[in-house]
This record gives sequence, C-alpha cells and structure tokens, in this order.
Amino acid sequence: MTNPVSFLGYRALRFVEELGAMAAFTVETARTIFMPPLRFEAFVRELYKLGVRSLFIICVCGLAVGMVLGLQGHHTLTRFGAQRSLGAVVGLSLIRELGPVLTALLVAGRAGSSTTAEIGTMVATEQLDGLRMLSIDPVSLIIKPKAVAMLFTTPLLTALFIVCGLYGGYLVGVGQFGGDAGSYMSSLRSNVDFHNDIACSIVKSAIFGLLLGLIATYRGYTSTPTAEGVSTATTSTVVISSVTVLLTDYLITAAWGI
Amino acid sequence: MAYGRRRVFDALSCHFPRGRISVILGGSGLGKSTILRLIGGLTRPQAGAVIVDGHDITRLSQRGLDLVRRKMGMMFQGGALLDSYSVFENLALPLRENGSHTEQEIASLVHRILDAVAVGDADELFPRQLSGGMLRRVALARAIIRKPELLLCDEPFSGLDPASIRHIEALLIEINKKFAMTMIVVSHDVHSTVRMADHVVMILEDRVLEGTPAELLQSSDPKAAEFLREGVERLQKICS
Repeated sequence: MTNPVSFLGYRALRFVEELGAMAAFTVETARTIFMPPLRFEAFVRELYKLGVRSLFIICVCGLAVGMVLGLQGHHTLTRFGAQRSLGAVVGLSLIRELGPVLTALLVAGRAGSSTTAEIGTMVATEQLDGLRMLSIDPVSLIIKPKAVAMLFTTPLLTALFIVCGLYGGYLVGVGQFGGDAGSYMSSLRSNVDFHNDIACSIVKSAIFGLLLGLIATYRGYTSTPTAEGVSTATTSTVVISSVTVLLTDYLITAAWGI
Repeated sequence: MAYGRRRVFDALSCHFPRGRISVILGGSGLGKSTILRLIGGLTRPQAGAVIVDGHDITRLSQRGLDLVRRKMGMMFQGGALLDSYSVFENLALPLRENGSHTEQEIASLVHRILDAVAVGDADELFPRQLSGGMLRRVALARAIIRKPELLLCDEPFSGLDPASIRHIEALLIEINKKFAMTMIVVSHDVHSTVRMADHVVMILEDRVLEGTPAELLQSSDPKAAEFLREGVERLQKICS
C-alpha cells in the first residue's frame, strides 16, 4: 500500500507541475494572439460554433431562471408588501451573480467540453503533429481562435442570459400575478447601478470567458491521445471550469467591494 | 529512448542514405514509428543525437526545428488531415502558411498534385468522406506539396487492398526517381520492402541490422532471415 504522505507529496508535486504547464501554455497562447497571422476568419468561425450554437440553451435557461426568480421574489416580497420591487430583485440577482455564473457554467458544459473534445481528437488522430510537420504552429492555428472566441462569447451570452431572465421575471410578475409593468421596469432602472452591477457583471463574465477558454483548450491540447484520454479531458474540463468559475466569482465579488 | 518507464530502444544507431528509399522493417511495438517521430522532431530522446541534413534536431530551438521541417514531409498512418478542412484546403494550407504563392498558383498546384496521385476529383470532399486508399493518397499529396528533400512515411500500406498498395508503392518510387527525394518508409510488410527498398533498417528486439534487401535476405542472423524469408515465401505463393 502506498504511504499516504508520499501519495500526498506526489499529488502536490503533480498539481504544481500542472499549474506550471498551464502557465506556460497561457503565455504561449497570449504570445500568438498579437502575432500575425491574426486568423480573423477562424475566429469568426469559432464565434459561430461557440456562440451562435449556444443561443438556444442560453435563452431557455435565462428565461427559466428569470421566471423562478419572479415566482420566488413575488411570494417573498408580498409578505412585506413590496411587490413593486420585483424588477429590482430579479435584475440585481441576475446582473450581479446569476447571469455571469450560470452562463459560465452553461458555456463550460456546452462549448468548453466540445472544444476540449475537438482538440483532444485532433491530438489523438495526429492532426496537430501533422501541422507541426508542416511548420505550422498548432497554438496559432487551432488554439488561439478558440480561446479568443470564448473570451468574446461569454460576456455576450451573459448579456443575453440576463435579458432573457429579466423578461422571464416580467412574464411571471406582470403576466401571471398581474403586477404593474411600469413598476417592474422603474424599480429595475432605479436600483441597478452601472459601476457596482453592470461593470462588475461584464468584468466577471470576461474573466470567466478567459478562464474557460484557457482551461478547455489546455485540457484538449494536453490530453492523452486515446479515446479514454479525450473522454477524461472532456470531463475534467467541465469539473475544473465549474469549480474555477465559482471560486473566481467569490474572489471578484470580494475584490469589487460589494 | 523511453516512454515513461517503458524503454523502446537503447543505443540505437542507424543511417538513411540521401536520395534513396529506406524502409524501416520490424515487428509491432519495436519502435519503428518512434524513429520517424524522432527524425521529425515530434519526440525528443532522453539521450543521443538525431542528425538530419547536418543538424542535430534534438538541440534545435523551435524556430530552427521549423526551418529543418520545411525540408521534410510526413505521411502519417491515419492521414492526419484536418477534419474540418476539405481536401483542397488541407493541401492549400501549408502553401498559404509558409509560402508566397498567389491563390491562383495555389489552386493550380493543388489540382496538379491531386491529379498526380489520382484523386483529382476529390478536392471538395472532406477527409471523413474518403476511402482508406484515397486518404493515403491525399496524405501523400500533402506531404510532398512543398517538394521536401526528405519524405517520412508511417505505415503507408497498412489496411489497404493489394491494388492500393501497388498504387501507393508505384507513386513513392516515381516520386523518388523524379525528385531524388530521400524517403524513409516504416513498414512491417516484407513484400513491399523487397520491391521498393534501396536500403533496409531492420529493427529486432535487441539489435538493428542494415543493408540492401538482398543482403538482409542472405543474412546469417537467424531472426532476421526468418522474418524476411517468411514474408518472401508468402509473396512467392501469392505470385504463383
């Protein structure tokens, strides 16, 4: 049986090694971003794959979350006679926390996993080695457009998620419970602050996008070149991304001073 | 050279003559493909040197390695074509990335080379739509599109029917004759080796033998002779 102390030491060393390798990968990717060729066409293709193909799931989930917030908010606020604040409750919950976090988790599950699986399959079928033998840098051709697209896509999808959520809350508060439409919108407008709420939301989602892009591409790029290796890398992308998003959310919220 | 704790080979020393077709022959799992990966700089050995055109590629920077790779082409066993690119795009990619060709020149060059390997009508297809034989021919076309001085072929005949093997073999011999291209072919197929090789590097479990096919056929080494004769006898049976 392995000595538990040795095992712990081995795991700690592996973790530090992995962090070092990921840092080197991040530097390599960042270096290629500003070097020609810029690969704009590939970037647009990835925007479509990661962004446009995620639209449906983002809209449906945003609407559902907004509707639940509307239901919960309405029941709680009615107890205190503050139904007129439903717009603010739904809006602040979505803009500050739920929008960026849930969108990032959805992006990790859909776009992140597919990115890892695609790159992992390319590793397993020697496509990246094929590029290397043609003196083409796979980080520039394959990794860069995907990572940058994820960085741009996540804030845009977050905005869409929030808009759908606000509409979901409106449907329940105004449509289902007969609340006043004007009150819903005015409480939303008067309570949402640009610096504390919207700017924080944009920064959060951009950081989440950056992290998701790096994790997904790194896990695919370093996956073991077998079917099992690709499957393991895909699963670990979702797990690591989700944990990273939740921990980073706490750090950003604390740092923002809210 | 080792993968983790598994030692693939120890103190391996062999050479491949310029302008000739060399075949690396041997059983499965003896490191034939690893030799190709070492020559291409895709795998770094734990010790030793790999000299290609006067450069020890184990000591080159990434930039230096890229410059040496411009003189190389590699045909991978599974093709290694980009799934999301059409055949045309796969062949045009290295020209667009590394050359100063116009789009018109690229189109003309790609179509000419596709015609030469008899897949001229497959330019709009994607790799998943190609048969095994077509895939190998497209992979060969991509490997030679930059007219490399050294062509590495990893198991170009595996899984193919005899007609396709003959065709790929004929193509390789023709390319070698026409461009005096140095070729290193990994194979475990004795028939093809005897037909096309100028030089054979035979990997055995504990040693490496080098020579012409005829020299190896008359080898006094019992393992080498057995491996080659079995293959040749099968070839003679098929021919008769």
